[in-house]
Amino acid sequence: MTILLLAENDASGLSEQTAKALTAASKIGGDVHVLVAGAGAKAAADAAAKLSGVSKVLVAEDASLTNNLAEPLADLIVSLSASYDVIVGPATTSAKNVLPRVAALLDVMQISEIVEVVSADTFKRPIYAGNAIQTVQSTDAKKVITVRTASFAAAGEGGSAAVETVSAAGNPGVSSFVSDALASSERPELTSAKVIISGGRALGSSEKFQEVILPVADKLGAAVGASRAAVDAGYAPNDWQIGQTGKVVAPDLYIAVGISGAIQHLAGMKDSKVIVALNTDEEAPIFQVADYGLVGDLFDILPEFEKKI
Amino acid sequence: MKIFVPVKRVVDYNVKIRVKPDGTGVELANVKMSMNPFDEISVEEALRLKEAGKAEEVVVVSIGPAKAEETLRTALAMGADRAILIETDDAVEPLAVAKILKGVVDAEAPGLIIVGKQAIDDDSNQTGQMLAALLGSAQATFASKIEIAGDKATVTREVDGGSQTIEVKLPAVVTTDLRLNEPRYASLPNIMKAKKKPLDKKSPADFGVDTAPRLKVLKTEEPGGRKAGIKVGSVEELVSSLKIAGVI
Repeated sequence: MTILLLAENDASGLSEQTAKALTAASKIGGDVHVLVAGAGAKAAADAAAKLSGVSKVLVAEDASLTNNLAEPLADLIVSLSASYDVIVGPATTSAKNVLPRVAALLDVMQISEIVEVVSADTFKRPIYAGNAIQTVQSTDAKKVITVRTASFAAAGEGGSAAVETVSAAGNPGVSSFVSDALASSERPELTSAKVIISGGRALGSSEKFQEVILPVADKLGAAVGASRAAVDAGYAPNDWQIGQTGKVVAPDLYIAVGISGAIQHLAGMKDSKVIVALNTDEEAPIFQVADYGLVGDLFDILPEFEKKI
Repeated sequence: MKIFVPVKRVVDYNVKIRVKPDGTGVELANVKMSMNPFDEISVEEALRLKEAGKAEEVVVVSIGPAKAEETLRTALAMGADRAILIETDDAVEPLAVAKILKGVVDAEAPGLIIVGKQAIDDDSNQTGQMLAALLGSAQATFASKIEIAGDKATVTREVDGGSQTIEVKLPAVVTTDLRLNEPRYASLPNIMKAKKKPLDKKSPADFGVDTAPRLKVLKTEEPGGRKAGIKVGSVEELVSSLKIAGVI
């Protein structure tokens, strides 16, 4: 069996999500080839070649692939698909954008956000915001899969795969890139951070959110997250949202500040190793999943916490 | 221009679902059902585009049991012009949904198709992308802003690192994210009016689509539980607990 793994990469190189999805791909079994697409993808391809378990890296550097537009990228993957039994990618916004398109072009039902590989054709995946886990067996000859990376450890280095160049399949020209507004931050990325501190609506304003959450994040070297309520209220940007429809994370330490714990939020963080909940309401559902809970005024607790750590 | 909006009847987002003890699925009997929240956002966006003079007609479609008519009536009460119900009691996977929708789109020829980015029951996040693939049209997923000018749409998308703006040629498929808009509530007069709006009924066979599932569901189970831990009495106690746990 041969597996094609779609890498997650951008101008800054190869994302760690690739190495996590690689672990899932390796569990399916077979040769794993990594596809790295985009202008300047060569550096990410070299990084992918060093990952343990990769037997070949394909790099496509066409300008049409620079901005992850779904149509040319899907056509590229489909053009390579004859040689592969499984096409897999991390469940990032870019892979979630393109892989269902690939699946439909191949007349295959995608298996979304797997959290466990049971066998080469059987997988576990969460449904209903993670309140149920389904075991599904694919009957399609070719399989298209996205991987919930929070459920898999990153593959290590130690490989030395050959890097081959492939050409783009062409661009149907139905979409074009206008602009990016990407947050630049010195903090770690949410999906790979060891420590995350998240804020909820109880913080009351964008200013308060920054004033009390960010110093603790800086001191702990933590990534910053937010509940949907906080993002909807404009206290935090959309790419900080953790939950069913935002990012799914599983850090070593997750600190939930002023987050009540709606099921949609729990779906995004309940696999964290240690959960701390700080809340004024002692009945808040977040305490039912927290290892350590502290009830009190957030604006007293957090500055004190920051001083003592 | 005509805007086409598929809507799905799902378990209400406030319901805490229960897995059946025999592992055959999720308990759906006597559970409150509603329109998938992302589809409400899609309907709202279509209505706003119509109100802004960018579209003449909003057509909603649902694939599901006879009771999905209620979901369509909700969309009509919000302001959609007419509805199509493709009736089936089978569970239809995203790929088959996309094939049926392609059949409806071929017949209706809309200029824009607005689809919720995911349904909150099976959390697949596939249908819009699959429909765009089958139509051979452009896709703009996870939209937080849509602007129509001539035969193009400029769409801002919520992506992992922030946002991305792209331009797509119409007809295109746009999938909606949470921050696109806040859906309106239907007023009582509009709910009454919706009862008289046209609703066509069809079946998957009318579009020649085989809805046999490609994924066999072997088992549905509760997720591994997480026990509530302890409440600490002070920040000092919290910090020392976290130090003992080795996480700070």
